[in-house]
Amino acid sequence: MSRFRPTDEKQLAEIVSAALAGEEPLEIVAGGSKRGLGRPLQTPHTLDVTGFAGIRQYEPEELVLSAGAATPLDEIERVLAAKRQMLAFEPGDWRALLGSTGQGQTLGGVIACNLAGPRRIRQGAARDHFLGFHGVSGRGEAFKAGGRVVKNVTGYDLCKLLAGSYGTLAVMTEITVKVLPLPEATRTVALKGLDDARAVAAMIHGLNSSHELSGAAHLPGASGGALTVMRVEGPAPSVEARAAALRDDLKIFGNAEILGDAESLKLWVGLRDASPLADDKDGAVWRVSVAPTAAPALLSQLRHALDFRYFLDWGGGLVWLSVKGGEDGGAHVIRAALAQDQGHATLIRGSAALRAAVSVFQPLTPAVAALSARIKDGFDPKRVLNRGRLYPEI
Amino acid sequence: MLMPTPDAATIARRSEIAAQLRAIVGAAAVIESEDERRAYESDGLTAYRALPLLVVLPSTTEEVSRVMAHCHRENLKIVPRGAGTSLSGGSLPLEDGIILGLSKFNRILELDYDNRCAVVQPGVTNLGITDAVEDKGFYYAPDPSSQIACSIGGNVAENSGGVHCLKYGLTTNNILGLEMVLIDGTVIRLGGKHLDAGGYDLLGVMVGSEGLLGVVTEVIVRLLRKPTTARAVLVGFPSNESAGACVASIIGAGIIPSGMEMMDKPAIHAVEDFVHAGYPLDVEALLIVELDGPPAEVDHLIERVEQIARQCGAVGCRVSNSEQERTLFWAGRKAAFPAVGRISPDYYCVDPTIPRARLPDILNYMAELSKKYGLRVANVFHAGDGNLHPLILYDANKPDELERTELFGADIMKYCVEVGGVLTGEHGVGVEKRDLMGVMFSAADLDQQQRLKCAFDPQGLLNPGKVFPQLHRCAELGRLHVHHGKVRFPDLPRF
Repeated sequence: MSRFRPTDEKQLAEIVSAALAGEEPLEIVAGGSKRGLGRPLQTPHTLDVTGFAGIRQYEPEELVLSAGAATPLDEIERVLAAKRQMLAFEPGDWRALLGSTGQGQTLGGVIACNLAGPRRIRQGAARDHFLGFHGVSGRGEAFKAGGRVVKNVTGYDLCKLLAGSYGTLAVMTEITVKVLPLPEATRTVALKGLDDARAVAAMIHGLNSSHELSGAAHLPGASGGALTVMRVEGPAPSVEARAAALRDDLKIFGNAEILGDAESLKLWVGLRDASPLADDKDGAVWRVSVAPTAAPALLSQLRHALDFRYFLDWGGGLVWLSVKGGEDGGAHVIRAALAQDQGHATLIRGSAALRAAVSVFQPLTPAVAALSARIKDGFDPKRVLNRGRLYPEI
Repeated sequence: MLMPTPDAATIARRSEIAAQLRAIVGAAAVIESEDERRAYESDGLTAYRALPLLVVLPSTTEEVSRVMAHCHRENLKIVPRGAGTSLSGGSLPLEDGIILGLSKFNRILELDYDNRCAVVQPGVTNLGITDAVEDKGFYYAPDPSSQIACSIGGNVAENSGGVHCLKYGLTTNNILGLEMVLIDGTVIRLGGKHLDAGGYDLLGVMVGSEGLLGVVTEVIVRLLRKPTTARAVLVGFPSNESAGACVASIIGAGIIPSGMEMMDKPAIHAVEDFVHAGYPLDVEALLIVELDGPPAEVDHLIERVEQIARQCGAVGCRVSNSEQERTLFWAGRKAAFPAVGRISPDYYCVDPTIPRARLPDILNYMAELSKKYGLRVANVFHAGDGNLHPLILYDANKPDELERTELFGADIMKYCVEVGGVLTGEHGVGVEKRDLMGVMFSAADLDQQQRLKCAFDPQGLLNPGKVFPQLHRCAELGRLHVHHGKVRFPDLPRF
């Protein structure tokens, strides 16, 4: 077992080339906060990329920031906040959920896992804010893709491919992202006591209104009973007006309460970090992406076979589950409940044994699996980068 | 522009190939006569023309699949085509390749308001989607200026933009799912009504791939609720610098306008003469800033934008007080291309994106180039996202003017890349910017992009001659340059 810590791209390319020559895979690690995410790796070597850190360029008026891939997210968020800006895709901090002992997460980790918080429904995921990168492929070759401007269609969009690739295609060294202004004010309109179907209906009502929601979630297990929450953000006068109008529009679902800035912030950070499921450490935690209207039926189907706790984000489109007991953490039942092409389920938290035994990521159709393997061939033919983290053959 | 040498043997087999394709799609869906093929000889980039081998117009996914499987077996090249409005030659035909036209895929299959999406066929026009959902108060956000004609399939291929990108994103941020056909005829689905992918984001890769990776047969787009209000401010500036500073200050103040367009003096004069929008003629630059959303927000932000503009030295600032007035402000900008077409026999438009702060430099540089090449240039500019649209005025009937124009355009693009920008913000590379790819990307960068192409289309049958200046064989690109047994882990700190 060796641990390599390159400090420049040339050293990094040499290490990957050596791994390639010996066909000895590397596990890419920076902050290590998400090391328990994905299929467990058994690699002879660790590639510590923390040498690629630091903000390289930040121009608030251009809405872009470039930083070393291992720059701690805390640092980036602090620097952005000083200019009243943010990463609008609201990446979650899953350390508590995963029971991680690693340090804080890094920009590279957030991009490689394509994180997205409650604001996903309005502002997109990491993929939608990822403008360019430099890196070294599994062929040991340095290359770059994308650019440093917010609008670019020059060449293939390799950023989309790298976002969510879990380090299986290239080791990123520098990343450029789009940033956006921090909202001046935030209000949350909260309804109580709705069941799943009514909650999803209420969220659809809110999302289809003209009040520009930036979050819609349902917490069935909140203390004091089920809570359905919808967020409005923006300039203060606008937010006041929209929150009041939204509350009125939702009258048919009950009398809603409006939460102010501080309370809203706490609530949405909790949702972002999946805190409602972080307290018990045993359940297998799943993140299931479906069409919002499909969520209530999915949940009732799962109830027949599984014992679980849950909450809904993305207006119903994201189902967070914590499944108790069962040999496979509920994998079989959950996957069977998802019809082909109707969504995808990812095992976010599970023991190493469970993550080795079941497919952590959504199984692919044979044609898409074959295509994905050919793409991997193009970037990392000998499978030296995070071999097997995403799928056994990738 | 050098295209791959057409294969004479394939051209000689035209009738035989036509007969084989007729057996798949029916006689009426294969165009063989030269007169009828001529309608397809170019797209929106009319400087380049070529007669396609044949034009095939399938009407079902199954037909597309069978046509592609046939071409794959027979080693025939395919150029996919939507509405043919590409400004970069993305659907420029090949003499030894078929045009695979998706114009018959013109149906809207499902409007799902509860999940805020629409399932449509790729031949539906961009505006056709908005037209279908407008009565329910929804719309499809990306709005390229060709939206009345361009198809959503073409938008997916080109990752089309429009004037509202800064706030609402490009096509890639507004597509949820695709059905597509791979080169061997395999039909796959990517995404759906849900968000994000399980596995690699192949949907994200397909958007903007310029017809080189597969043929899209169904698209799921995101629908957005129409903003209740939109108001615009029309601001004149005594210099390009002050207009540029105003754009930076608006964004620096945390305001993301739904549209922020700038015009330089030649553009202002050309459009004012044409549409009489009431633009001031005594200014060097004009900004249109549009805010949309709930009335409380729009009214609040309009005031702040006005304030910022005055601080930046605006000379004249008009706020739209009615929908009619707002439309009038836009009328000039939207007519910029035809207005320039009125004062010059031909014009040529490129679309590099720059870091906005470099705008004054670039405009000065363009003025120099204008003298050097003896050609006039007018600028309209998506100021919000830094996407330039210089219109170079020329006369194709004068010897060497097109050539000089292209050199002029290339110089602009090269300079934009030099200052940290990119070759194209929304029109695509196509054939137009193909040979400039090396300005922005190293050989290693381009090789890696082509390896993605190889994963989808190892024989290079889909839209060859586009995007990449040099085509390498996939076998050569796949070769690993490692010295077995010789390379050791370098002598680096280990822990």
